Amino acid sequence: MAEEVKTPTPPPPEGEKKPTAEKPAPASVEPAKPAVPAKPAAPAAKPAAPAKPAGPVPLPWTSPMVEKYRSQYGSGLEPLTYLGQNYLNVDRSLIPDILRLLRDEEQFDYCVDITAVHYPKREKQFDVVWILYSFPRNERVRVKTQITDGASIPSSIAIWPTANWLEREVYDMFGIKFDGHPDLKRILLPDGWKGYPLRKDYGILQQDKEWVQINLGIESGQ
Amino acid sequence: MSDRKHDSTSDVSVHSLANLDLEAHERPYLDSNELIINMGPQHPATHGVLRVILKLDGEKVLGTECVIGYLHRGVEKIAENRTYAMFNPYVDRMDYCAAVSNGLGYCEAVEKLLNVEAPPRAQYIRVILTELNRIASHQLWLGTHALDIGAMTPLFYTFRDREEILKIFERYCGARLTTHAFRIGGCQYETYAGFEKDVKNFLTFFAPKIDEYEALLTTNRIWLERTRNVGVISGPDCIALGVTGPVLRASGVKWDVRKAQPYANYSKFDFEIPVGTNGDTYDRYLVRIAEMRQSMRIIEQAVNGIPEGPIMGKVPKVIKPPVGEIYHSIEAPKGELGYFIVSDGSTQPYRVRVRPPSFVNLQALDLMVRGALVADVVAVIGTIDIVLGEVDR
Repeated sequence: MAEEVKTPTPPPPEGEKKPTAEKPAPASVEPAKPAVPAKPAAPAAKPAAPAKPAGPVPLPWTSPMVEKYRSQYGSGLEPLTYLGQNYLNVDRSLIPDILRLLRDEEQFDYCVDITAVHYPKREKQFDVVWILYSFPRNERVRVKTQITDGASIPSSIAIWPTANWLEREVYDMFGIKFDGHPDLKRILLPDGWKGYPLRKDYGILQQDKEWVQINLGIESGQ
Repeated sequence: MSDRKHDSTSDVSVHSLANLDLEAHERPYLDSNELIINMGPQHPATHGVLRVILKLDGEKVLGTECVIGYLHRGVEKIAENRTYAMFNPYVDRMDYCAAVSNGLGYCEAVEKLLNVEAPPRAQYIRVILTELNRIASHQLWLGTHALDIGAMTPLFYTFRDREEILKIFERYCGARLTTHAFRIGGCQYETYAGFEKDVKNFLTFFAPKIDEYEALLTTNRIWLERTRNVGVISGPDCIALGVTGPVLRASGVKWDVRKAQPYANYSKFDFEIPVGTNGDTYDRYLVRIAEMRQSMRIIEQAVNGIPEGPIMGKVPKVIKPPVGEIYHSIEAPKGELGYFIVSDGSTQPYRVRVRPPSFVNLQALDLMVRGALVADVVAVIGTIDIVLGEVDR
């Protein structure tokens, strides 16, 4: 404990000033995606905005790249932007084409992550999400698709080898199968485990009791 | 010794050996089958509970398979059952060597979702602590990695110096390892009296210590033999496998999230991205050593420019982000650490996905050790710098 005593209590007017002074800061984060002019299209298609004061809503995303694919694939592709982040809602049938095109023609050479989200009340229960990044463009994009429970999705290992473990984890946690994956088995949970823990109907205390009893020799892991 | 005793009668055994037709028996005596052995999960060089199944031809590695998940705690499931603020301490337990970085990534991701920004003073405190943590993480890496390869001294040096960083953490927030230093919207704690002095003292203390590490290793003949051209991976291979962090940079790809897509207030600081050329274990060592120096530059600028002001932004008492999703990533000491958070408008996140750098980087192990020797596997596991807490989550 040295003697140098600082006065940490900020004077209130400073505190008032700060938020306004801070506003440019998010803009300094934004240039990360310079290639995409996200805002101009705001007044265009989606009229859902006026009724919702609660928070920002996804807006249509326009860019030369997106326009090109829209004209090619039509309604199977819905480009949106939310909080400055761009994503594509893509129909399940277009997934292999779109992923391949994004890598080969749009230089999204780095697959950051593959994951899924479970919506049990929807007819198509799962969102599968690819988070992509392009080194040459310094730009991120997410690709999302919806699939039903039990449906499979083509593996993207041939496009990005890193997809191997990422897809295995999605399979492990959600039970989504990836066609063409050379080694689709559980990665974090033991091989014989039953159930997919990140599904919403899997309780947080739930476990595969049978597996625990046989393999650990205890009544319960809880 | 006992052999010598029998020397007098050795002519018998020599004769019996001479009578053997060694050529004829060579094949049945030497098993040329591939050998499959387990390394781990209880192995000191795996830095935790990692099991690697090695397929060997003699001493040569033909292929590997990693078996992970021994430390799986279901962090992502836990997140769905906690409020945003309650989940914050859990992220420290993923990469427990760099808990501050984990916290920074999570807090910033939720802040983005809430559309709030931490005040400048909080940002400076965050940068100072995060960069201190980067140095601590690299120190721990260097000590254990060198120990794996057979250099014992660096371990004592790095742990001695890392202690100084942990002391600053302890005085700042009461914890040394799992610090929970930041809150959504800023920092909970104001810096203690003498914080800036402590940090500056550390910088002057630590500058010659890096030279000491380098004196021990950089031109050390044994170190060079064990690390040069070991575990080579090319830049394009790194990108294809999603490898990030110092491993990617050592392969010549100049990419760092702090520069490419600046977060916090890194754009205000002047620093460089060290890169290697060969993509081998030695280059990765040099890159991390250089990164420690760059971190010191950042800390020096931050501690000299730290402004007065509030340390918490305007965050509601009950954190309820609007419906939506966000991906935010930071440059953790091990690579790109990302959080993908989906909000359904309630107080608990609907889904939190952690993009762990250790997990993705570990996937490159197979490529890096194919054709190498068993002893190199130990060196390569060390050089990737994994923390099993983060691999398994």
